Amino acid sequence: MILEAKEIFKTYKSVNKELTVLDNINFHVEKGEIVAIVGPSGSGKTTLLGLCAGLDSPTSGALQLAGEGISQMNENEKADLRNRKVGFIFQNFQLLPTLTALENVMIPLELQGRPKGAEAKALDLLERVGLGGRSHHYPSQLSGGEMQRVSLARAFSNDPEILFADEPTGNLDEETGLIVENLLFDLNKEKQTTLIIVTHDLDLANKTDRIIKLKGGKIVSDQSIKSSSTI
Amino acid sequence: MNWSLIIKTAFRDSRKDRSKLVLFMSSIILGVAALVAINSFNDNLVRDIELQSKSLLGADMTVGGNRPIPDSLLMSLDSLNAEQSTEIELFSMSFLPSIEQSQFVRIKALTGDFPYYGNLLTEPASASNTYKSGVYALVDDGMMLQYGLEVGDSIKLGELMFPIHGRLLTSFGSVGAGTSFAPPIYIAGKHIPATDLIQPGSLVNYTNYYKVDNGTNLDEWKRARRERFRNSAIRVTTVEDQRENLERAFSNLNDFLNIVALISLLLACISVASSVLIYVKTKVQSIAILRCLGMKSEEAFMVYFLQIFALGILSVILGVALGSIIQVVLPIVLKGFLPYEVTMSVSLPAMIKGFVMGILSTTLFALGPLLSVRNISPLKTLRISDDPVKTDPLRWLVYGMIVLSIAGFLYSLTKSVSDAVVSTIGILVAFLVLFMVAKFVTWATRKYFPKKASFVLRQGLSNLYRPNNQTQTLIVSIGLGSGILTLLFILQGLILANVEDMGAGNQPNMIVFGIENDQDAEMQSITKSFDMPIIQNVPVVTMELAGWQGKTKKEWLRDTTRTASRRTINREARVSYRAEMDEDDELIAGTYTGVHDGGDSILISLDQRYMDGLDLELGDELVWNVQGTLIKSYVGSIRKINFRKLTSRFFILFPTGVLEAAPQFRILVTKSPSKQVTADFRNAVVKAMPNASVIDLGSILSTLNDIITKVSYVIKFMAGFSILIGLIVLISSLFLSKFQRIRESVLLRTLGAVEKKIYRINAVEYAALGILSALTGIILALVGSYLLAKFVFELEFNISWWPILGIFIFIVALTVAIGLWNSRDVVKRSPLEILRNV
Ligand SMILES: Nc1ncnc2c1ncn2[C@@H]1O[C@H](COP(=O)(O)OP(=O)(O)O)[C@@H](O)[C@H]1O
Ligand SMILES: [Mg+2]
Repeated sequence: MILEAKEIFKTYKSVNKELTVLDNINFHVEKGEIVAIVGPSGSGKTTLLGLCAGLDSPTSGALQLAGEGISQMNENEKADLRNRKVGFIFQNFQLLPTLTALENVMIPLELQGRPKGAEAKALDLLERVGLGGRSHHYPSQLSGGEMQRVSLARAFSNDPEILFADEPTGNLDEETGLIVENLLFDLNKEKQTTLIIVTHDLDLANKTDRIIKLKGGKIVSDQSIKSSSTI
Repeated sequence: MNWSLIIKTAFRDSRKDRSKLVLFMSSIILGVAALVAINSFNDNLVRDIELQSKSLLGADMTVGGNRPIPDSLLMSLDSLNAEQSTEIELFSMSFLPSIEQSQFVRIKALTGDFPYYGNLLTEPASASNTYKSGVYALVDDGMMLQYGLEVGDSIKLGELMFPIHGRLLTSFGSVGAGTSFAPPIYIAGKHIPATDLIQPGSLVNYTNYYKVDNGTNLDEWKRARRERFRNSAIRVTTVEDQRENLERAFSNLNDFLNIVALISLLLACISVASSVLIYVKTKVQSIAILRCLGMKSEEAFMVYFLQIFALGILSVILGVALGSIIQVVLPIVLKGFLPYEVTMSVSLPAMIKGFVMGILSTTLFALGPLLSVRNISPLKTLRISDDPVKTDPLRWLVYGMIVLSIAGFLYSLTKSVSDAVVSTIGILVAFLVLFMVAKFVTWATRKYFPKKASFVLRQGLSNLYRPNNQTQTLIVSIGLGSGILTLLFILQGLILANVEDMGAGNQPNMIVFGIENDQDAEMQSITKSFDMPIIQNVPVVTMELAGWQGKTKKEWLRDTTRTASRRTINREARVSYRAEMDEDDELIAGTYTGVHDGGDSILISLDQRYMDGLDLELGDELVWNVQGTLIKSYVGSIRKINFRKLTSRFFILFPTGVLEAAPQFRILVTKSPSKQVTADFRNAVVKAMPNASVIDLGSILSTLNDIITKVSYVIKFMAGFSILIGLIVLISSLFLSKFQRIRESVLLRTLGAVEKKIYRINAVEYAALGILSALTGIILALVGSYLLAKFVFELEFNISWWPILGIFIFIVALTVAIGLWNSRDVVKRSPLEILRNV
């Protein structure tokens, strides 16, 4: 078991009312599982992902990530945990605009204090996502699909145990989205990483092992789809 | 901490977008350059004026009295290691053989290289250098004109005949009350024995002139020996003392330059802060990503702190260099426009000050927003939110340090804790007011939003409170900028009016001395026939102090506990009487009695210094000896004489109805428009009344006037220069604001707003910001300049409103213009390109 959420609540206080975004969420994910979190916009998917990845703290409830209780960790401990064991892919790519593609991919490795071999490994990954020739380009010189491929390379560069992707194809056209999807699943298969994908794209969701449906902050269904795990 | 990564990331992050970086750096460079240039000008101009004011005295210090200076004192003076000249001043009759006339003159017999500052102006000019080489005399130009003497004629002083070697156009000495009115004659000191003029009982003053090295503080030296000088009846005058006449001008100048220095610091701060704050803002997203990928908050902080610190040092060095270049080059460029030549040299203290303050302000201003870097949530990667970043309690520490540094800077300027504290509080209040206005604006536009207004107006106004608004930064910087401009403008106007009032243009330059009472009407008509004003026309009675506070003068002189100096006691008193106090004098205590009521008590009015000299108090009794008759009087009022006016100033004033019958003469003070009129007037007066002497103060006044001209020029120049720099800083911080606006404008563009609409929306926003902040800034400046005028400069606060309205309109127009320029930049670029860069 790599991820476990127990009685998670998340509420936002606005000026005069309280908004319950996540309402008693319970689930766990086994090592190597590929899980899709789906649901209509505003149902709390991104919020849940942020909590599971240790980017945010729940209002109440307990979270276990890679065997460590992140609810009790402080910001720096969580940062360290993310660096060692977690990878990210964002809807809007989130590359550092002032760093080249290669440097962006190297960052997680360098953060681990492993600068040696970082460049070779990063180049390797860029090669793997088909951007070997673009390693010295800045994000502003890349297309959306290319940026997302760089961010894929970055997500895998620190060999994470678990990878979170928030609408990884949300900002891409169908064709480009498909290329990114395939790369994601291929790399994941190679590295045997646990994968949590937030999406409202049912085609993408159907390529995973298990679909958790959220609605109004609650899990309304959680079912495995063993049959179609591969294409 | 992973230092190699921190340094690597800091460096890598700085490579992209160098042009943006240059823009941010340029703001810091500009701020520091302003600080250095302004302070460097300050140093140079002040030094120049100091030098000029020394030429009033001709030396750094004079030591003298009516007896030769005692050897013990001379030895102590030797320890100063100074250059030295001696002067023996004699009052004596001279004889002019060519016209068989006698004239009472003031002979100055000199040895050494005096004057050390300024020149003894003579005609021919070489005469001032050569008169000591032989038996020569330099004779007062006025006296030569009066008697029709020419160079080459002779003058007999005592037993020795001197050929006249040159006309004396200037002379050195005090413009003060003690000036003797006898025309001066310069000869070499070595001829004094041959003239046989020094006899027991003759009126002789001995003066030594000293020039010391730059580092020597003569005022301290003097203060330490005050007792000794008093006991030996020796008078020591330093340049500082000599400046008394110009005291107001100098203290005004000094205060003004301090304000300018402070303003240069504030400008530097606005400049640095506006660039650093926005720079950090553009980095928020990158920081969130780094945090998300697992960078520790301290490391993220360090990356950007290092980066800004390195850029800061680089910019500060460039700024110091630029400031020094401006300071050296500008006078060369402006050469034709300068009223006098200033030797400009790079001022090391100004450079050091600029460097230290530059680094300090860059670091402190970077620290504020960077501290919040530590709190930038990695969540920002998931959700673009413009939530204000959580504030860090450590921020208060940074704010405290900023305030402390400002107070420290102010203390280094004013050398007074209370001044520094009060001014710091003043600045804080100004900031607070601007800050609150900004808060009020965001609150009020949201609350009273004109929902039915046009799209453009609504969009423009909502920009004022939307997330990521620039209301606060811009209101503070525009407000501060316009406040500074207005303050400088008002203050320089007030001070200039006051300083120029002291200049020779408005000062009398001629005194007719020794007019008999029955010649008064004739004297007045002569003056009027020359179209010259009668500035003062008063009777003078000479008398001696016979005793005071119940003791006679003899008893006092024997008294070892007295504090009054022998000199003060023995001085011949030149007294006037009048029914009303001179309006330039200031009544400090008591009431001025203008007319004596015939009773027993004659109530006189004394100057404060005279009171202090004799240790007198209101109501004390003084007995005067008026040519043999003793008159008992009481101190009825104390005045402070206005020494700025060069009219005849009387320490002692009697009421009318007492001295009318005493032997007396009159003094008439007037102003001649030119040298020629002075000569003609002098001839007319001497022909009509041979007993009168006409004293031309022109030569002394011209030095004074020179200084006043320079002081006004320096004030004008520094005000103009600082206003210019202020404008540039204001403009550059407005330009920087575009980085904050790009995303909003692009979004509107993407949503299909046409160019015109974007321009208009931005015009509404910038106009609202410009109007509110300029108004606030100007009001703050009015309050500030009123307080400064009242408590620092002690000037009347009257201003003209039109130029201030002009400043207001100008600032609003400038703000809108730059706002539009900024949006032009957005409109011209494709939305796609900007979206990628953001
Ligand atoms: N910082 C916040 N303050 C208030 N409400 C928020 C905040 N962040 C998210 N929400 C609310 O939480 C709900 C879930 O948001 P989100 O997790 O982004 O949904 P999803 O990703 O499923 O579209 C939404 O209704 C959103 O308005
Ligand atoms: Mg979402």
